[in-house]
Amino acid sequence: MAAARRRRLPFNPWHLLLMPLALVFALPLVQMLLTSLMTSAEINRFPPKVFPTSLHTEGYRILLAQSHVLRWFGNTVLVSTVAVVAHLILCSTAGYGFARLRFAGRGLAFFAVMATVMIPIQLLMIPTYLMFARLGIVDTLAAAFVPWLASAFGIFLMRQFFLNLPAELEDAARLDGCGTFATFRRIALPLARPALVTLAIFTLLSSWNDLLWPLIAISDDKNFTLQVGLASFQGTRRTYWSQLMAGNVIATAPLVLAFLLAQRRFVATMSLSGMKG
Amino acid sequence: MTAGAGQAQVSGTRAAPGVRTAGRSGARRARSGRAGSGRVGSGRVGFGGMHRSARRTLTGWAFAGPATAIVVGLSIFPAAWAFFISRTRWDGIGEPRALGWRNYSRMAQDTDLLAAARHTLLLTAVFVPAVVVLGMLVATALNQRIRFIGFYRTCIFIPYVASAAATGILASYVFNPQFGAANEVLRRLGLPAQGFLESPHQALFVIVVIALWGEVGFTAVIYLAALQDVPKELTEAAVVDGAGPWRVFWHVTFPQLRPVTVFVAVWETIIAIQLFDLVYTTTRGGPLNTTQTVVYYIYELAFQTHRLGYGAAVAYALFAVTLVLTAVVIWYSRRNNRSEAF
Repeated sequence: MAAARRRRLPFNPWHLLLMPLALVFALPLVQMLLTSLMTSAEINRFPPKVFPTSLHTEGYRILLAQSHVLRWFGNTVLVSTVAVVAHLILCSTAGYGFARLRFAGRGLAFFAVMATVMIPIQLLMIPTYLMFARLGIVDTLAAAFVPWLASAFGIFLMRQFFLNLPAELEDAARLDGCGTFATFRRIALPLARPALVTLAIFTLLSSWNDLLWPLIAISDDKNFTLQVGLASFQGTRRTYWSQLMAGNVIATAPLVLAFLLAQRRFVATMSLSGMKG
Repeated sequence: MTAGAGQAQVSGTRAAPGVRTAGRSGARRARSGRAGSGRVGSGRVGFGGMHRSARRTLTGWAFAGPATAIVVGLSIFPAAWAFFISRTRWDGIGEPRALGWRNYSRMAQDTDLLAAARHTLLLTAVFVPAVVVLGMLVATALNQRIRFIGFYRTCIFIPYVASAAATGILASYVFNPQFGAANEVLRRLGLPAQGFLESPHQALFVIVVIALWGEVGFTAVIYLAALQDVPKELTEAAVVDGAGPWRVFWHVTFPQLRPVTVFVAVWETIIAIQLFDLVYTTTRGGPLNTTQTVVYYIYELAFQTHRLGYGAAVAYALFAVTLVLTAVVIWYSRRNNRSEAF
């Protein structure tokens, strides 16, 4: 029966599900881009227009002139870069240490790291804010990136990778007189490239898109990250939709472009971050 | 910054021998350090061995120490401090006043908190089943070898990279009652316009829909990976035996997806319980507090009204509930799996 039904349709029936789904998922982003290129008059008209009659850069121009959005972009780039670089260095060394080196306190240290994943951010934000206030780094960019320097997930990911890596090459390097660090740096690290790429993408996504922590830690609007800045627009530019959407495009486009360029890597990262459990 | 509980449980048991012996004598310590790893080295005990193990310890900590210090220092220590704060009345500036357990006991009478808990519960109860079923459905569809499949995949996965802030702002445009696309679609279909995020009856459900938009791509990726791990022989054998596609899925594929489903359910439950960004960028708890969730309430307590002590206490209560919930789900699924194995 199923076969008969399929023969009647000129295409695979799965298209009937996938086509509307794809539109529901992708069209809002298309509308975001289109709206950022419309004038307020066009947007506020009734019935509303979906497609602009001509493209305007008004939303972007006003936004750039009247807000610190470029600065926020720079802040976000800085925070994410520090987060990614620090993650790559600190989590790969820690993962290697936990996987390959034997030292006193290793079990306890690893247990402590893994226990931290249970603690929700809502519990940590109050004391962390107070702690940073006493250190005098609240309201600086440092406050935004310090929590992103390393993560339990990053350590776990790298440790798993090194545990699954055959140790023969490293053993051979050691027999040749390589020290621990040189073995790590020259033998293990180059082999870990896929895991490092995953770690970098994961850290980029989470640090770039983080809202709650920078919202708490930063109140000077010169030090906002893009996400905090976008959220603040809602109060100040409530009905200027072309400007709001322009801000959205500026904040989203880099990750969307990165996704389109390296979709395979991103999807691998998504499914790996699922393997956390 | 959050993760499923399954990982901690597994790693907890794995790390246990090291933990138990970590405080004992040097010789034992050297042995226990080795016990966890599969590789056996040449650990001699003696003067040279002592020297070597000290060096080894130093090297090990040089590798693992910095990241461990950051991760543990930014969670265990603040978590402990949060507990002390939770037993005080404190605005963060003056002297904290000790209250004992009073912050905890008054939660039961706090109608705002109870309402927030109801909203969080409702949101989780709608969101989690939906994201699981949709993820499974979308993954099954995306697992077909048909034309345009690459295009479909890209479209469905891409909202995942958009931030919750951007998603929230975009959604308040799409669902805007006056000129949003959602009401425009309803109008063309001849249906009455809706209030969406401005309606006290609909706002929470609209937030669920928005959250699904961002999260279904993620669960679909997880299920897609799991589907590709289902042995082809199993499904092919079922087809040979005359099973239709629906029966093949229900009796062959679905049981194989069970462990993944448990993981996805736990993971998405944590996401739902901790949902903050979307609420912040769409309704800020309104209209009439109908989207005020527990995490949003904690944020307001701590950073808007500066009641740090009570905020920390509510956060601890949330932590406890999350912990118990995940433990129950994992225990339940393990028990079921075992009984199935017999």
